[in-house]
Amino acid sequence: MPEAPTIDSGNTVWLLVSTALVLLMTPGLALFYGGLNRAKGVLNMMMMSFSAIGLISVLWWFYGFSVAFGADVNGFWGDPGAYLGTKTFLAETDLWGATAENPSGIGVPLYVFMAFQMVFAVITVALISGAIADRAKFAGWLLFAFGWATLVYFPVAHWVWGGGIIGGDIHALDFAGGTAVHINAGAAALAVALVLGKRLGWPREGMKPHNIPLVALGAGLLWFGWFGFNAGSELTVDSVAGLAFINTQLATAAAVLGWIAVEWIKDRKPTMVGASSGAVAGLVAITPACGFIAPWAAVLLGIVAGVVCALAVSLKYKLGYDDSLDVVGVHFVGGWIGSLWLGLFATNSVNAAISDVVGASDGLLYGGGLTQLGRQALAGVIVSVWSFGIAWVLAFVIEKTIGFRVRAEAEVEGIDIAEHAESSYDLSPAGGGTGSAFAMAGIGTPGGGATSGARPEAESAEPVSAKAAG
Amino acid sequence: MKLVTAVIKPYQLDAVKEALHALGVAGLTVSEVQGYGRQKGHTEVYRGAEYTVEFLPKIRVEVLTDEIDVDKIVDAIVGAARTGKIGDGKVWVTGVEEVVRVRTGERGLDAL
Repeated sequence: MPEAPTIDSGNTVWLLVSTALVLLMTPGLALFYGGLNRAKGVLNMMMMSFSAIGLISVLWWFYGFSVAFGADVNGFWGDPGAYLGTKTFLAETDLWGATAENPSGIGVPLYVFMAFQMVFAVITVALISGAIADRAKFAGWLLFAFGWATLVYFPVAHWVWGGGIIGGDIHALDFAGGTAVHINAGAAALAVALVLGKRLGWPREGMKPHNIPLVALGAGLLWFGWFGFNAGSELTVDSVAGLAFINTQLATAAAVLGWIAVEWIKDRKPTMVGASSGAVAGLVAITPACGFIAPWAAVLLGIVAGVVCALAVSLKYKLGYDDSLDVVGVHFVGGWIGSLWLGLFATNSVNAAISDVVGASDGLLYGGGLTQLGRQALAGVIVSVWSFGIAWVLAFVIEKTIGFRVRAEAEVEGIDIAEHAESSYDLSPAGGGTGSAFAMAGIGTPGGGATSGARPEAESAEPVSAKAAG
Repeated sequence: MKLVTAVIKPYQLDAVKEALHALGVAGLTVSEVQGYGRQKGHTEVYRGAEYTVEFLPKIRVEVLTDEIDVDKIVDAIVGAARTGKIGDGKVWVTGVEEVVRVRTGERGLDAL
């Protein structure tokens, strides 16, 4: 007779904390992208991230989690009714990974696992937005986010982690999202950037980052949250979580060095934008590999990712696609490097789950031959092709129906005003004139409001000075 | 009456203000401006893309004065703003027809 299900408090606490850490990455991404963008499009850029939190969280609860993690139907998606949002589960007994032989699973309530995976779906969609700065209609973005999450992220998460074709049949490794998150978002970003076309004036006009301290703050929050992303992906509190944690720090640190070294040699000066970008490139590259390689291989991976991504971000100028904030150069390229790295450096000596759970092999340098490298490449190609193809079709259909790209005048004036009727910065003491607030509140006309607003102030000044004199 | 206008390097503002204060100049107006002269701009590199920043930040200082004091004021500004490097700025003098003090309505030299 099987024992009663028991909740493992260590695992559950770590996954709850990790969930909150990963959620913080999306506002971090909004700051990172917002700072890199021009001043007239900061809010639209941040809105694409914040709206992804709103939309994708609800979709995930409703059917996304079922499609990704419901019982495998055909290798392509999970049973869409498995955890449908209309169902309610008992928090004490519905534990993730429970089977007849092991009714406790990993000792984590189903809802905690659902929440942890939810924030991955959110940030993957948000990542794409960096490619389409300053030119996408907000309604078009929401429709795209809905379509891409449904047709690409939810199934791909199933292929990789839910027992689908990539993890279950091909036996490719992806610890925390090299294929499912970064190659996936990067390929989609390229497709949408191509369909929407270049920003007006790109690359002739300078479009330099408008606020580098915001970039640094965003990169810092991403780095902080990424410990939950990577070490949390072990799902349990054990030595592999520790390995993923230290590898995340090492690869990221090394990638900062790699990126600024390239700048120092190629462009003569190391930059803060470069250090921040290097950190993100390192985080991306270590994501698939963090729980499957030794720390020395993580340091090496970080250096390679920092150097290669620093060079890859210039490709868009040569090839002529306006991937505005380098989603392709950092996430697609970094994701590929990290995924392929597993084919070289994955080793059962740090994590026995490589062969025991995923059915994968050691990498080339650990005597596994080319088998795993081939599997990693195949997984990358499948995700790249699927994500790029669906994203391209979605963006094309949206552009031809409700319109995806804003009017030229709106783009010149600034998308923040055109799509959201707000502006990022009000640094002038005159405030650009605030009389209209009176008009909206129904108190007189804007002009009259401003005048009558000034009068009581002058009157009230008298009693104050009289009091001071008395 | 004259208006002395100077465009100087931002970090020379304190020195210029001190020099004018020492002369007894009662007030001045300062604004942040951008521009370039013979030194042109500079280049910045972000993610491997080079941007030429043509307009550099400068400070414009304006002082209204009596004609007698013009030369002293110009000399004080030039002396305080000079670093000897290209990009130190310019000072010029223009004639002013009328000045009114808003608080009292005084006109001309009384308003200075």
